Amino acid sequence: MNPSTPNGWRCTLKILVFVKVTPDTAATVKVDEAGNVTWGDAPLVLNPWDEYAVEAALQTKEAHGGSVTVVSMGDESALEAIRRALAMGCNDAIRIEDPALAEDDSLSTAKVLKAVVEKIGDVDMVFFGRQAIDGDTGLTPPQTARLLGWPYIGLVAAFREIDPDGGQFTAERTIEEGRQVLSSRLPAVVSVAKDFGEPRYPSFMGIRKAARAKVPVWSLADLGLEAPAVKVRLPELQNPPKREVVCEFIEGDTPEEIAEKLADKILAEKVL
Amino acid sequence: MSKQIWAYIDHFKGEPLMPSWEAIGAAQMLAEKLGGEAVAVILGNGMDAAVQAAFHYGAAKVIVADDATLADYRPEPYAETLAAAAAEHNPAVILFPTTTRGRELAAMAGAALDAGVIADIIDMDVVDGKIVTTRPVYAGKLLAKAVAEGEPQIISLRVRAFAKPEADESRSGEVVKVAAALSEDDIATKVVEYATTEGGVSLTEAAIIVSGGRGVSNNPDLAPPPDITDENEIEVWRAKQGFKLIGELAETLGAAVGASRAAVDAGYIPYEHQVGQTGKVVSPDLYIACGISGAIQHQAGMRNSKVIVAINTDPEAPIFKLARYGVVGDLWKIVPALNEAFKKKLGKA
Amino acid sequence: MDFALTQEHKMVVDMVRKFAAEAVPIIREYDRKHEPAPLLPRMAELGILGVGIPVKYGGQGLDYISLGLVCEELEYADSTLRVVMAVHMGLCAQTIFHWGTEEQKQQYLVPLAQGEKIGCGAFTEPGHGSDFAHIQMSARREGDYYILNGEKMWISLATLADYAIVTARTNPEAEKPHRGLSTFIVDLHSPGIKRGDIKGKLGVRAGSTGWIAFQDVKVPVENRLGEEGEGFKITMSAFDRGRYTVASGAVGLIRAALDASVRYARERETFGVPIGRHQLIKQKIARMARDYEMGRLLYLEAGWQMNQGLRATRTTSMAKWFATEAAFQAANDAVQIHGAYGFSDEYDVERFFRNARGSIIYEGSSEIHTLIQADYALGYRRDKPLRVELPPYDPEAWQEEL
Repeated sequence: MNPSTPNGWRCTLKILVFVKVTPDTAATVKVDEAGNVTWGDAPLVLNPWDEYAVEAALQTKEAHGGSVTVVSMGDESALEAIRRALAMGCNDAIRIEDPALAEDDSLSTAKVLKAVVEKIGDVDMVFFGRQAIDGDTGLTPPQTARLLGWPYIGLVAAFREIDPDGGQFTAERTIEEGRQVLSSRLPAVVSVAKDFGEPRYPSFMGIRKAARAKVPVWSLADLGLEAPAVKVRLPELQNPPKREVVCEFIEGDTPEEIAEKLADKILAEKVL
Repeated sequence: MSKQIWAYIDHFKGEPLMPSWEAIGAAQMLAEKLGGEAVAVILGNGMDAAVQAAFHYGAAKVIVADDATLADYRPEPYAETLAAAAAEHNPAVILFPTTTRGRELAAMAGAALDAGVIADIIDMDVVDGKIVTTRPVYAGKLLAKAVAEGEPQIISLRVRAFAKPEADESRSGEVVKVAAALSEDDIATKVVEYATTEGGVSLTEAAIIVSGGRGVSNNPDLAPPPDITDENEIEVWRAKQGFKLIGELAETLGAAVGASRAAVDAGYIPYEHQVGQTGKVVSPDLYIACGISGAIQHQAGMRNSKVIVAINTDPEAPIFKLARYGVVGDLWKIVPALNEAFKKKLGKA
Repeated sequence: MDFALTQEHKMVVDMVRKFAAEAVPIIREYDRKHEPAPLLPRMAELGILGVGIPVKYGGQGLDYISLGLVCEELEYADSTLRVVMAVHMGLCAQTIFHWGTEEQKQQYLVPLAQGEKIGCGAFTEPGHGSDFAHIQMSARREGDYYILNGEKMWISLATLADYAIVTARTNPEAEKPHRGLSTFIVDLHSPGIKRGDIKGKLGVRAGSTGWIAFQDVKVPVENRLGEEGEGFKITMSAFDRGRYTVASGAVGLIRAALDASVRYARERETFGVPIGRHQLIKQKIARMARDYEMGRLLYLEAGWQMNQGLRATRTTSMAKWFATEAAFQAANDAVQIHGAYGFSDEYDVERFFRNARGSIIYEGSSEIHTLIQADYALGYRRDKPLRVELPPYDPEAWQEEL
């Protein structure tokens, strides 16, 4: 393992992976009478897409040497996500918490994450999961990249090669039309989906270390940042309209007629 | 100076994607309510046909950056060019279709312009001069109203949530050219190549599933080849033909193929397609059940599907209690007819 | 009194729960075929086969409570998975951990805890289960070896294991028969050993249960655990380890029966309402919920005792007795709640029922435990200190790397 020199020559990767907690996918999420979101006593877990990102980051580290630091912005509940990532094999962790961050949107979060990347310094790659299953926006990864002024490759399905010395890498990303293969410079930001494979089980050794880990907490002051403005708000949440399912029977004189009507009805449901 | 409502036209190698036209339709709606005009924004290389199409679908004006650096989509040149154009022309709103590229660009444009971005909306209205959007959150378990402060308002539209306007080939309008923001040397990312992907749709992740049950073998008029004489083998052979029809409908819809336990146990289709208590639990947006009675153990595997369609010869089949749409009929006739109907309507004929 | 599980415990539970959930479809398939499910390699890979042994002996450095929690999660999916822990870890690995010399631990315990070798306990014979003191298998001392002859039966993992802890009679002349027994670590690949599977079991069908026949099998003197004549005590202490996993596992089965019943009772409707609204269904579910809590407290207390270095024999026996009886009741009620569907392998409850029936018989039948508990209560039975005590849990010592 070669140390980083002032010229930036190294042959290992310093990787950051950003994660958050979300309610478990199986949770029943509802809006109560007071208009607040509730998921009962379903647990908060590492956002499933972030779990895939941690797996991708660990695989990349294993292929090239280096380290993976997991970072999460949130209150103590974020430790659930952090500990899971540590138990899977991340080397260390940082949590970002500040009362001024109680409200956020994708861009305000991206501004904080950008400051974290810069404060940590010498980062080669930043991994994100494609989206968080609570907000489902998928905006923070490209925004963080843009604020850093780093290249962004979203929905990376595989790395063809990574050359930390040369500061270059080639990646395949998923687009509607198949795959696009791009080569770019390091440092870079990537987001991933499920293509790197199922997230590994935490090892018991990882669990022991993660359970004991003391995770440092950084505030906005530690980042030298003023609270970023929040521009997008969700003033109201609703339970989706309950539809009494009454089967509508489609009839017709010929199969073709029935099929026409049925296809139109299905298209009108906007599920295609 | 009337407001500009921009609609970003997403394309692949010059071919616009259908949801881009939906964005123009939505831009027109906002233009009417806010007082302004719908402007299509096109970035690429050799985009004349796309520019004309944008007019046909209702853009009053088209802003285009046509440059070699924009020939292939890459986030940096596209985002910087779009941001520069927005800084120059000050649109009130920029709409994007929520395609892979669209979402990314919306995000980066927001970061470049320090504007709030609302992603993947399914509805939009103007209330007291402000845009109020509706978007699904918590994986669609809840709906949220979302609003953004400041201008431009950057919003991406869920695919198929907004109506596609009718094309009128007689329409035309003003074309405004803008420059590409970056030179090739400035751009860190290069396109190496494109590739297609293999593999069918995974059952548990599929948004659409077409499933077959015991009824799939029921076609006594279908004569098997002469070398198959055993009754059981004939039944399995017929079922496999039936599953071929289901497979064709699935391919048209980009769907995965599922099956009931009865079909799997009878040897019509391998176990990995089984949906139900002892198979996979699925929650697609659309579940089409063909020849499946819908007993409770199958229901356990698919009851959370958003829209359930059932095709069965038995009007009393329990599946109809779960279904949103039902056809009491022969799947051997309905499924191929449905396939043809969808092929036409989805432009795949 | 702190009833809370530690962060480490919670994460261990999550991890094993995930593995167990993934194992379920495989278990269903092999249970139907009456064949052992090929899950041992995966359990070894994940380190599950090392839970209950310190790191320096190849294990995972987790405490006795963790072993119980792991067994609860494994049996929630199927008894087969927990049977592996009962015999590989409880009867075999932990017995070596308790009674073995340093050399024996290095040679046998390390590969067992690492999951590189599989262990089992071979105590029961065709003619002797409950009446262990009178087992017939002989171990005749000849120079540097013992020569073993006899047959062991109803041995889980008989055909899959590499090592077995075997108790046999070294002194047929002993005044009290139980004092004539000695215990050995036997390499099951030794010449003279034949093994086979027992088919046609009512339950644990995705598991391996078999017989082992010994004909003039040479076992080196170095492989004897403890001293000659200590075999009965060592065996009873092995049973304590095994029973702990059976108890905690049975609690997992109760929970599985409860969860399945609650799910079904909320969905299935009769007479216009979900059946969970009917009182006689409520009664069964209430009983399961109650028995789950009670069984859980008992096994966790036994785990705590072992952590503290306290003798856990009485609590373990009570936990096993209570939890296995309650598990069978819960599984039986779960089948009933599911109605006709409970009678088909479309649902898991019939498998829980068949599996649960076995646990009342093995690892000390309910009858034996009844007598044990009566004798404790009456003062006829008291735990005397053992020559060697089971090592307590010490986080630093147990997690110290090799």
